[in-house]
Amino acid sequence: MNLKDYSGVTVFCEQRENVISNVSYELIGKGRRIADEIGVKVTAVLLGNNIESECDKLVHFGADEVIYVDDKALELYTTEAYTQALTTVLEETKPEIVLIGATSIGRDLGPRVSSRLNTGLTADCTSLEVGEEKELLMTRPAFGGNIMATIICPDHRPQMSTVRPGVMTMLEEDTSRDGSIRRVDVKFTDAISRVKILEVVKEEKVEANIIEANILVSGGRGVGSKENFDTLHDVADILGGTISASRAVIDSGWFDHSRQVGQTGTTVRPDVYMACGISGAIQHVAGMEESDYIIAINKDAEAPIFDIADFGVVGDVNKVLPHLIEELKTMIK
Amino acid sequence: MNIIVCIKQVPDTTEVRLNPETGTLIRDGVPSIINPDDKAGLEAALDMKDAHGAHITVITMGPPQADVALREALAMGADKAILLTDRAFAGADTLATSTTLAAAIRKLDYDLVIAGRQAIDGDTAQVGPQIADHLDLPQVSYVAGLEKKDNSVILKRQFEDSYHMIQVEMPCLITTLSEMNKPRYMRVGGIMDAYNEKVVEKWTLEDIEVDTTKIGLKGSPTKVKKSFTKGSKPAGEKHEVSPQEAGKLIALKLKEKYVI
Repeated sequence: MNLKDYSGVTVFCEQRENVISNVSYELIGKGRRIADEIGVKVTAVLLGNNIESECDKLVHFGADEVIYVDDKALELYTTEAYTQALTTVLEETKPEIVLIGATSIGRDLGPRVSSRLNTGLTADCTSLEVGEEKELLMTRPAFGGNIMATIICPDHRPQMSTVRPGVMTMLEEDTSRDGSIRRVDVKFTDAISRVKILEVVKEEKVEANIIEANILVSGGRGVGSKENFDTLHDVADILGGTISASRAVIDSGWFDHSRQVGQTGTTVRPDVYMACGISGAIQHVAGMEESDYIIAINKDAEAPIFDIADFGVVGDVNKVLPHLIEELKTMIK
Repeated sequence: MNIIVCIKQVPDTTEVRLNPETGTLIRDGVPSIINPDDKAGLEAALDMKDAHGAHITVITMGPPQADVALREALAMGADKAILLTDRAFAGADTLATSTTLAAAIRKLDYDLVIAGRQAIDGDTAQVGPQIADHLDLPQVSYVAGLEKKDNSVILKRQFEDSYHMIQVEMPCLITTLSEMNKPRYMRVGGIMDAYNEKVVEKWTLEDIEVDTTKIGLKGSPTKVKKSFTKGSKPAGEKHEVSPQEAGKLIALKLKEKYVI
C-alpha cells in the first residue's frame, strides 16, 4: 500500500427517513478543520433513496464535494447494502481519512467497511487531531472512561474513525458556499438480499434530548425511588432544565435509555449539571465531566462525585431538594 | 443446530475507581466477569437450546485466566468451550482479534454465531461485525430479541428511535444487547460438571489456519500511541451543612451562575 495514493477527508453522512443526522454536520465541521490543516478537500458521502435534494445542505455545512448513491436498496439501513455502497465509493476515491458517526448505524457499518478495506478503525472517538506527520490522532475513552487512549493507524489507509455524536461542533450554515455534487451508481451483489426487513416500528416513547439541554438535573441511586424523582422534576421545571439519570436508575427501569448519562449512555456538557444522589462511578463521570459547572448533592461525604464537582453539599438529596425548591421559589417571586 | 457464542472476560468496570491524588486506576480487587452483552448472547443461545435443541460452543480469545469465564458458560449450560490462547494473538486490535476468532470459527460447524454488541472495557462494538465480514456472513447487530423460524432467525434490531424486525437466513452472525434478557445463574450441578466432566479446549496458533501477518500486535493496523488518565481537576467546594442550609447555598450558587 502506497500511503501517498490516499488523499482527502471523507465523511459518511447518515440519514434516517431522508433527514440527515446532526452528527453528519458535526463531522463535516470537524472534517473541514482537519482537511484545512492537511491541505486537502472534504467529501461527504450520502447514501439513500431519493436523497439528491439533500446534497446541497452538506455543501452549505462545509463539504467541498458530495458523492451520493441513490438506490431503493438504500432506503432503510441494512449492513450489507450500505457496506457495498460505501466501500465502492471509498475504493474509487481513496481518502486518507474516513469519519463516521458512532451511532447504532455507524457502529454497525464502520467495522464491516474497515474489514472489507483491511484497515484500522478507532471506535467512539471524542477528539481528533492532526499529528506532525499529518497522521490522524484519534483519542477515545477506554476502560469505562477511565483511560483516554490516542490511537494511530500508521501503515494502512484510510484511517477510519467513528466519532461520538454531540462532541464535535458543526459549522454555521452558509448557503453561498459552492461545491460539486456527483452521483455514483453501485452494482449490488446478491448478498444484500440475505437480510429482509419485515417491519419498521417507530418507538412512541418521547426521546429526551439530554445532549441539547443547558441544565441537567440528574438523579442516581440515592434518589431512592421513581416517585422521589418528582422533586427533581420540580427543580428542573423551575430552572428550565431536563431530567437525566445514572445507569443504576436506568437499569431499575425508572426511565428509558435516552436519559442515561455516561460511558454507555450519552455524553453531555450542559452549563450546569446537578448530580443528585449520584456517587460518581467512573463510567458516569466519563459522560458528564465536561459540564461547565457541576453541583453535587450526596449523603456520602466520600463519594467520588465530590472529586469532580465544582460545588458540593453533603446531605440526603430527598431532604435538601425541598429546601432548594423553596429558596428558588422565593427568589423568582 | 450449532451455535457459537463469542465471549470476553472483562474487568467489572463499574467497580473501578480512580485514585483522586494520582489520577491512576485502582485495579486491585476488581473482579473479572463475562462481558454483559456477551452473557446475554449466551442466554439467548441457551434459550434456543431449551426450545429447539442446539449444540452451543463458547469461544474466547484471551490469556489462560479466561478459563474461568468459559467454565462459567459451561456451568450455565454451554456444551463445549474453546480458549484461543497464544502469545502470537496478544496485543491485537479489533481487526486482528476478529481475524483470529474467525479463523477458529472456520474450523467449527455453525448455523448461528453470536457475539455481544460491545465489551465494557473497550466499548468498540467492532469485533462482531468484523468476524461476520471475514466469514462472509450476514450480520445484524444491536439485537434485542431473537426467535428461530425454519432455517432463519427473526430479530428485533434496536435503533436509537425505532426498531426493525428482521429476518435473516442462517448461517448468520448477530450481536446482542444486555437488555434483551436476564442471564440464568450457574446450576450447582452445572458447576461440578464444568470443572469435573467438561473440558475447555486450548487452541493455539497451531490449531488454526491464519495469515500470521494479520494477527496479534504486529498484525494490528491501529496502534496505541499513548494512553493517559484525564487527571483530576482540583476539587471544588464541599459543604457539610443542614439540608435547609444546603438548599439555600445551592440556590445562591444557581443565582450567581445566572441560572435563576
